[in-house]
Amino acid sequence: MLRRTLAAAAAAALAFAAPGQAQAPAAAPAAPVEIQFWHGLPQPLGGLLEKIVSDFNASQQRYRVVPSFRGSYPETMVGAVAAFRSSSAPHIVQMFEVGTGTMMAAGRAIRPVHELLASTGVSIDFADYLPPVRGYYQTADGRQMSMPFNSSTAVMFYNKDMFQRAGLDPNAPPKTWQDVEAAARKLKEAGIACPMTTSWPAWIQVEELLAIHNQPLATQANGFRGMNAEMRLGGALMVRHMQNLVEWQRQGLFRYGGRDAAADGLFPSGECAIAFGSSGLRARIVREAKFQWGTAMLPYYSDVQGAPRNSIIGGASFWVMNKGPNAGATGGRTDAEWRGVAEFFRYISSPEVDAKWHQDTGYVPVRRASYELTRRAGYYTANPGADVAIEELLRGGAATDNSRGIRLGGYVEIRTIIQEEMEKAFQAGQSAQQAMQAADTRANAVLRNFERQNARAAQ
Amino acid sequence: MDRKVIFKGRALPMLLLLPQLAVTLVFFIWPAAMAVWQSLLQQDAFGLSTEFVGLDNFAEVVADPAWRGAAANTAVFASSVAVLALGVALFLAVQADKAIRGQRFYRTMLIWPYAVAPAISAVLWLFLFHPSIGLIGRALNAAGVMWDYQLNGNQAMLLVIIASAWKQVSYNFIFFLAGLQGIPKSVLEAAAIDGARPLRRFWTVVFPLLSPTTFFLLVVNLVYAFFDTFGVIHALTRGGPGKATETLIYKVYVDGVDNLNLGSSAAQSVLLMLFVIALTMVQFRFVERRVHY
Repeated sequence: MLRRTLAAAAAAALAFAAPGQAQAPAAAPAAPVEIQFWHGLPQPLGGLLEKIVSDFNASQQRYRVVPSFRGSYPETMVGAVAAFRSSSAPHIVQMFEVGTGTMMAAGRAIRPVHELLASTGVSIDFADYLPPVRGYYQTADGRQMSMPFNSSTAVMFYNKDMFQRAGLDPNAPPKTWQDVEAAARKLKEAGIACPMTTSWPAWIQVEELLAIHNQPLATQANGFRGMNAEMRLGGALMVRHMQNLVEWQRQGLFRYGGRDAAADGLFPSGECAIAFGSSGLRARIVREAKFQWGTAMLPYYSDVQGAPRNSIIGGASFWVMNKGPNAGATGGRTDAEWRGVAEFFRYISSPEVDAKWHQDTGYVPVRRASYELTRRAGYYTANPGADVAIEELLRGGAATDNSRGIRLGGYVEIRTIIQEEMEKAFQAGQSAQQAMQAADTRANAVLRNFERQNARAAQ
Repeated sequence: MDRKVIFKGRALPMLLLLPQLAVTLVFFIWPAAMAVWQSLLQQDAFGLSTEFVGLDNFAEVVADPAWRGAAANTAVFASSVAVLALGVALFLAVQADKAIRGQRFYRTMLIWPYAVAPAISAVLWLFLFHPSIGLIGRALNAAGVMWDYQLNGNQAMLLVIIASAWKQVSYNFIFFLAGLQGIPKSVLEAAAIDGARPLRRFWTVVFPLLSPTTFFLLVVNLVYAFFDTFGVIHALTRGGPGKATETLIYKVYVDGVDNLNLGSSAAQSVLLMLFVIALTMVQFRFVERRVHY
């Protein structure tokens, strides 16, 4: 009791103090409504994001969005979870794409974007959003759950100077995995120590590979249709690709550069000739690479029917949170606060803001309109290859059940499991088949655990 | 007992104890109690549904091969770190205790690494041993040694052990040096007159006289290896490759923060807590009495 009173008193003191400071110089007629916004982007991206926020604040006087950097994506996520449990959740939290399944199942903790827009009467033209972007954050029947923002996809970067040295055409990057293997052999013969590497092994070599070939990562449309999904990593294509990677590594054609983004530095430093990485790596390559390079779409196996299709996205989206577990129907916020969140979302959805973000950062434009805007401004002529990621996301028409994205609870853990099992295969501790089956078994245990916890929450 | 008369009433001593008790209660006892409570629950991440499951979490943790693997890793890791850090520190302390030119300079230099934060020291080691950007890592590969700690579990373990032990050497060094200086010169001189060579003097006189220091440091080093090496592992290997360098404390972090599995994470930290309590009890009950003062 006493604790609660103290907390309330402290909160009240803060509430009085903060606007007081802001108000003094501005002398606005009424204090703007404050919207707390937690994000997980380090510099320089975080600064660019906070610039968008301050532009929004300057564009009107009724709302003030307060951005706050909370560490890496997992740290931001656990911070938001802890804040919710103590009834002090931020209005908006940025959550990476692999946290989507967990957030979607979070019930009372979140306010779905479609509900927010309906209750505040603000409209956003989601039909204009790129299907793989909006689809990743929608329910199976097309309701928007979170606000898409910084989205990337995986692409292939290649070193044109090294291609030339190996007698390969620098303007004809390999299209299929068969071509990639042939190119890697030539590069190795030309004395290049690292013909190819990959960042984000689980995202790019597993999730993207399966989506591009229209193969399931899990049943129930990769989890979009229900929490009872089961992993399907032991499928023929996945085992074949894993087998190839292990074989290529043994022959010195492929180098494993570590988990997540650990291999990012191997391409711009001029060490590896071909690198699979996030399209967001582009900015760093532009800054650091001292050689001619090119961008191409992710390769595919030409003998797989229906390939290639669209790739899936990475990056993050914005989730709207209720204040705490006991906040009731209002979510613990005033109508003005909800309205402010919706207005902020409308602002960041504008093609001008989105196009600028895309050009400044290397993330893909999330709307067709911003893509068009950027193209008309001549950006892609001046920066060849910057549009590869978008074209790849739109490849092969409408997304299928296998290429819409991933909607699995506990997926942060599953991604780690996949990377661990891949590492064991690269260490020659187990075969590709064993690695993928072990990953299936361990990941299924995570899924069942998540299903059990959330089935109880739904009761 | 006779000290009791210093305070006449009970109120003043209580009042004087209060700040210390409050700090202990708020920052140590309360969180520990919360961890114990959480370890008995199954909960979704957001705390929307809670089920009391008794000791189920503990049963699951102990039966989990991944936890057993982490326990085995921790045993190898902690004992190696303690032995390496103590051995190197003792050697350095004995050398620095000799009457040599620049004695003060050496001593000061040897103490410095203690001021480096674990994560920073890990990054320094990364720059030395990374297979493609590290100075030594590249040299090893150029010399034909297949050095890649990102894929070789044993090399990864070796690296985190060296990096963690290096950090602790300074701390041990200070205590050993103080211990050495506390050994009466007369004892050593007597041994020398009896004809004991330096090595023999060290093992039969110096080392036994240092045993209280050594034992105290052993406990401190084990606790360090168990709990304070998180930053080193996080920055260098993140528990990989596979699960080769995942220690118990790292697993607590991964399950709690990354995987949001609070019940299991809490159960694991309670087990760790029990281990430290046991370790401390061993120290106070048995060894403090037995060691040679």
